[in-house]
Amino acid sequence: MKNLLRYREIWLLAAIAVLIGLISMRFPGFADPANLRQVFNDTSILMILALGQMVVILTRSIDLSMASNLCFTGMVVAMLNAAYPAIPIPLLIVVALLVGLVLGAINGFLVWRLNIPSIVVTLGTLTIYRGATFVISGGAWVNADQMSPAFIGLQRAAFLGIPVLSWIALLVIALFFLLMTRTALGRSIYAIGVNPTASVYAGIDVGRTKFIVFCISGMIGGLAGYLWISRYVIASVEVANGYELNIIAACVIGGISIAGGIGSVGGAVLGALFLGIISNALPVINISPFWQMAISGSAIILAVVLNARGERRQGRIILKKAEAA
Amino acid sequence: MPAGPRLTLSGISKSFPGVRALHEVSLSLYPGQATALIGENGAGKSTLVKIMTGIYQPDAGTISIDGQAITLPSAHAAFGHGITAIHQETVLFDDLSVAENIFLGHAPRTRFKTIDWRTMRKNAKEVLETMGAGHIDADTRLKDLGIANKHLVAVARAMSIDARIVIMDEPTAALSMKEIEELFLLIEFLKSEGKAILFISHKFDEIYRIADRYTVFRDGEMVGEGLIKDAGQSQIVRMMVGRNVDHIFPQRKATIGAPVLTVSGLSHPTEFDDIGFELHRGEILGFYGLVGAGRSEVMQAISGITRTSKGTIALEGKNITPKSAADSIDAGIVYVPEERGKQGVVIGLPIFQNVSLPSLKRTSKSGILRLAEEFALARAFTERLDLRASSLSQDVGTLSGGNQQKIVIAKWLATAPKVIILDEPTKGIDIGSKAAVHGFMAELVAQGLSVIMVSSELPEILGMSDRVVVMREGRIASVYDNKGLDAETLVRTAAGIAA
Repeated sequence: MKNLLRYREIWLLAAIAVLIGLISMRFPGFADPANLRQVFNDTSILMILALGQMVVILTRSIDLSMASNLCFTGMVVAMLNAAYPAIPIPLLIVVALLVGLVLGAINGFLVWRLNIPSIVVTLGTLTIYRGATFVISGGAWVNADQMSPAFIGLQRAAFLGIPVLSWIALLVIALFFLLMTRTALGRSIYAIGVNPTASVYAGIDVGRTKFIVFCISGMIGGLAGYLWISRYVIASVEVANGYELNIIAACVIGGISIAGGIGSVGGAVLGALFLGIISNALPVINISPFWQMAISGSAIILAVVLNARGERRQGRIILKKAEAA
Repeated sequence: MPAGPRLTLSGISKSFPGVRALHEVSLSLYPGQATALIGENGAGKSTLVKIMTGIYQPDAGTISIDGQAITLPSAHAAFGHGITAIHQETVLFDDLSVAENIFLGHAPRTRFKTIDWRTMRKNAKEVLETMGAGHIDADTRLKDLGIANKHLVAVARAMSIDARIVIMDEPTAALSMKEIEELFLLIEFLKSEGKAILFISHKFDEIYRIADRYTVFRDGEMVGEGLIKDAGQSQIVRMMVGRNVDHIFPQRKATIGAPVLTVSGLSHPTEFDDIGFELHRGEILGFYGLVGAGRSEVMQAISGITRTSKGTIALEGKNITPKSAADSIDAGIVYVPEERGKQGVVIGLPIFQNVSLPSLKRTSKSGILRLAEEFALARAFTERLDLRASSLSQDVGTLSGGNQQKIVIAKWLATAPKVIILDEPTKGIDIGSKAAVHGFMAELVAQGLSVIMVSSELPEILGMSDRVVVMREGRIASVYDNKGLDAETLVRTAAGIAA
């Protein structure tokens, strides 16, 4: 299976290379290292969100509330910053992580303790969290001029020539890589995605593990809330409206199986990059937004077809085994 | 009415990778008669039913109806030949009405090719009345009926398609005494209508009550057939169990020590009642019983997977109340489940990750995995079980059933248990792997481990156990010392037949 995964990631990498090649035929500067760094930076938030979504999808669940969580948490930190500009930014990031964690824990609790399907729970909280944003803000915006220079400036500061936002994305990628390959939790996440029954017998608490993955996706949503608001310097009820679909699309393109159990950090990152290139670069070379949509849509379907073929091969083995038993 | 057989199967063989399910079996069903198909679990009964209903294709052999050879390439073809099956869990549609269920797929049509609801209702009522089931309203949703009435609907469906051959696969399993009586009246009715009936049951009283003929299967072969009135119960039991020894069980000298696990008064609201037994150090305790006797359910309760309503479980004198599988694994009791593919291996993960899965607490430190330790653990236990795989990073899905079973056992052994519960440890694996698993069990108890072995295979129970607990209908029927114990006694006890 690992070979198969690598295979998929290589294909995705190749697709991205072809895409970059095609774009640079029309816009020669595109393949410049400096520009590619910029593309990475522009895609950082999507990558971070896709990783948070990935752990949820791996356990055969889904978190539709991530973008609303982002919106709510972003509003909280923006209002805090506007009201108390003296609060240091690292502390605000901690607040963002905690607020996101609480929202994620609510999802996780409902899935775990009340046994409600995650798609239903998060469809509900998707609306609730956005509604809550309206309640705390009274529908008002927080504008750039109300935010402190440090609030806006942190992610733009460069360290070793690379913006802090990119560094944060790299850090999150590294942490998720360790989580998925080097921790007992990561192993349990894969196991319950592939075979929840066998996991129960092996002594893994499936409900609790699901609770934890929703806490993780919540924290990621919160972190992305701060990053989004400080990047686009406006906090409103409309922030990232509908963005949950882009997050899920990035996961699907990255080869993460919606049926759970299959997917990797590399896949999620590449899936996000692919979408990022399409949405950031195509307008530059005057390709209409409708073509962009068509390309992203086709990529999703193509990814699912490729993944389904991979999984079917595996399915046949299971079927043979089931018959023999 | 000495008519020839309606349906004849002859020389039917069917193999699955590594398993020979049926070997040149034959079976004849006669119009107006019920034939009982008798055999232990794994004798090949279900495989035969699947061949008769067009779900499996036989590797060899012929099927004929009224002397004419036919083939059954699909379930639809079997339906077309008038073969219909009524299963334990009736396969009907809960949200449709009784009439719709009866006529699904062959509903009467109007001139405009739409469904003629009025005729359909009228016909449904007629069919139900001829069967003496006029109390069922054709407009009721099926889900509002009890199991027994659902069976009646299934039979009505068979009548409506003019089925000539009716297969009943343990139809009484979920019925009350009174409902069973009603079902028998119905079978009498079907016989009087000239249907040929195949009746599969584990219960001898039912077989003697309703069947005219019997056919006995053992290990995928047909070992006897005849008229029920000519055969005694003990004769049939002997046919079921008597067999050639297909492999030698390991010789071992049991050195039975002090009690390790003491279970008393263990009860569950629906599955079992007042279960009490002792397991000693170095002992293999066999659990025998018919399917549905509650053996696996008891084991799942002991290993924390299901809850009990009352009773105590004591490990080495200390009471434990496992609330999850993790609790019992920590205490030292592990359960190797029966369904290898569903509950045992995690297909899609590599071998070493499968082996270490229940031991993640030990192979990690504050949540961080120690890959070297994990690999060492996996290597040690797969080597102990003589697993043949090219690499420990190989996906378990690519291994044979026997090798998967070795991994399943390895993964629970790796948790260093005191008590290991093996549920059908050799089900569906080849002879070679069976011998390996048996040899390994002998080794385990020699090292002082205690083993509970749930098995429906008599040779395995007799060949491996020190003592045998026989369960019947959720209770312990008897406990035997395995000295001079014979298969017939076990089958009699399990089925509740007086000696």
